[in-house]
Amino acid sequence: MGNLDNNSLKSSIKEEIDTISGYTKTKAEADATATNEDKISSYIKAETEHPFNSEFKIENPKLSIQSLKAWFSGKLALKGINLDVKENCVTALIGPSGCGKTTLLRCINRMHDLTPNATADGKIILDDLNIYDKQSDPVLIKRRMGMVFQKPNPFPTMSIYDNVAAGLKLNGIKDKNLIKDIVHDSLKGAALWEEVKNDLDKPGISLSGGQQQRLCIARALAMQPEILLMDEPTSALDPIASSKIEELMNDLKKNLTVIIVTHNMQQAARVSDYTAFMYLGELIEFGPTDQIFKYPKKELTERYISGKFG
Amino acid sequence: MIKENKTKDYKSIIQERVAKNSRKRKIFNNFMTVLLFAFVVIAIIPLASILFEVFKNGVGALSFEFLFSPPGAFGSGDGGIGPAIQGTLIAVGLASLIGAPVGVLAGVYLSEYSSSSKHFAYFLRLFNDVLTGIPSIVIGITGYISLVLTLGSFSILAGAFVLSIIMIPIVARVSEETLKLVPNSLREAAYGLGLPKWKVVWHIVIKGSKSGILTGIVLAVSRVAGETAPLIMTILGTSLFFSGFNSPVDALPLRIWRLASQPYPAAHEQGWGAALVLILLILALSVALRMFAQKRSTYRSAT
Repeated sequence: MGNLDNNSLKSSIKEEIDTISGYTKTKAEADATATNEDKISSYIKAETEHPFNSEFKIENPKLSIQSLKAWFSGKLALKGINLDVKENCVTALIGPSGCGKTTLLRCINRMHDLTPNATADGKIILDDLNIYDKQSDPVLIKRRMGMVFQKPNPFPTMSIYDNVAAGLKLNGIKDKNLIKDIVHDSLKGAALWEEVKNDLDKPGISLSGGQQQRLCIARALAMQPEILLMDEPTSALDPIASSKIEELMNDLKKNLTVIIVTHNMQQAARVSDYTAFMYLGELIEFGPTDQIFKYPKKELTERYISGKFG
Repeated sequence: MIKENKTKDYKSIIQERVAKNSRKRKIFNNFMTVLLFAFVVIAIIPLASILFEVFKNGVGALSFEFLFSPPGAFGSGDGGIGPAIQGTLIAVGLASLIGAPVGVLAGVYLSEYSSSSKHFAYFLRLFNDVLTGIPSIVIGITGYISLVLTLGSFSILAGAFVLSIIMIPIVARVSEETLKLVPNSLREAAYGLGLPKWKVVWHIVIKGSKSGILTGIVLAVSRVAGETAPLIMTILGTSLFFSGFNSPVDALPLRIWRLASQPYPAAHEQGWGAALVLILLILALSVALRMFAQKRSTYRSAT
């Protein structure tokens, strides 16, 4: 009698285990098919089995990205990103080309929506506002964030002064003294004032590449953004101009939150407080920059940082 | 070892080939330069000879009286083309007032706003191109039926209307192409400052390509200023000065046509003079607008 009981118990347990393992198996298979695009997909699979969470968490994030997905013409480019950004810090996004760093950055201020056939889904919480809420206005969101692009793109028909003042003027600010003060402060903030203070009415595109990029930073700063998004801001510049912009980032983070996309790992190590490593549309590892570069937890991160691929 | 040999082989083969061809290439290069220059000359010859002929025959007719007084008695060679100049200026001016904004805005739609409705934009472009190709006499007849017959008289309004219909597709096409040349990075920079779409389009895209749009308008105005057939159907032509928006007026192409079909040498000379005046008017207009456009976009040309 006891034996039979024992048997039935055993079988029921086995059944349960079967259902559980069967369930997990299908889930793993689904993961595999979703990410089965590359030889290294096995690495990712191994790592998504222990999803990023436990070890590192940011208290009171300024910006919180939650299960964000993005598509280009139906092709999944971001596969559910979770990332928190701390206020008054520099957060760097690193990863090989095509991993979705720039897409993630462009999702944050909804610039992604402007690309034809591009869609995104998920949550990005800025303070208490969900950026991807249907009711939130993309224009107002972009006003709270500044963006600096890969190539310097000052407005070609405007002078240096007008380039910085453009955002204010076109947003309807008419007080000339106020505009003058803000232009002055923004150019100082972008470490450009000393170089251009006598040439404010010269065309913006007459400056050198590095100066143009700082002009673009000044133009973004003039709108008093809370967050500054920088998309490989130094990749078109020479090392001296790059180092100036890196120095600048250290000053900028006193007043605002900086998110920078970069190909240059040394740059990420130098300027950032937190680093996120992305690969094939997924966030592989996120943590304080020191930890990511010295003691990466994931093998993929270590391989990338030590230059074994990418 | 094998690999090294192979690359060496490639290198010598390519170098041999390059050395062999270099003389041939130089000769061919010079030949093509001369040939292309010859074709440019061939293209310029008719244009230059027309200008030369018009200038030679027409400059004698020019005088203060010729420019400002109405035509004299039939065949006398007296009087001038004052009403024709006035009529052309008014008709083309009115046509531009209608045609330029409609054309530019259509171009703005096609370039900036049509990405969500690709099929509609495709058909718009198709119709636009077809409209450019419709013979102007057909547009003139349409104007005659729809405006002259319904309003009850030949009028400058009907003339301006048909001219504007000829203008619109040209302006729209050129505007669209110019606006598309504005790099996307500038649009994104402006969006990044938190500007709504219409402000980006107006302040950055349109203002940044002002000179191109103006070139399109000048192109269309010059084309329209020389149109004769649709004007015969709509403003008819008269020897009186402008007297109201719903009565016939004169226009330079009409006057040239009338003078040329008279059997008197004096009238022919006046015809040449009128042709010269028309060419000079268009030339002056395009030079003036071009200078204006250049002044406004000095920053762009500074690169």
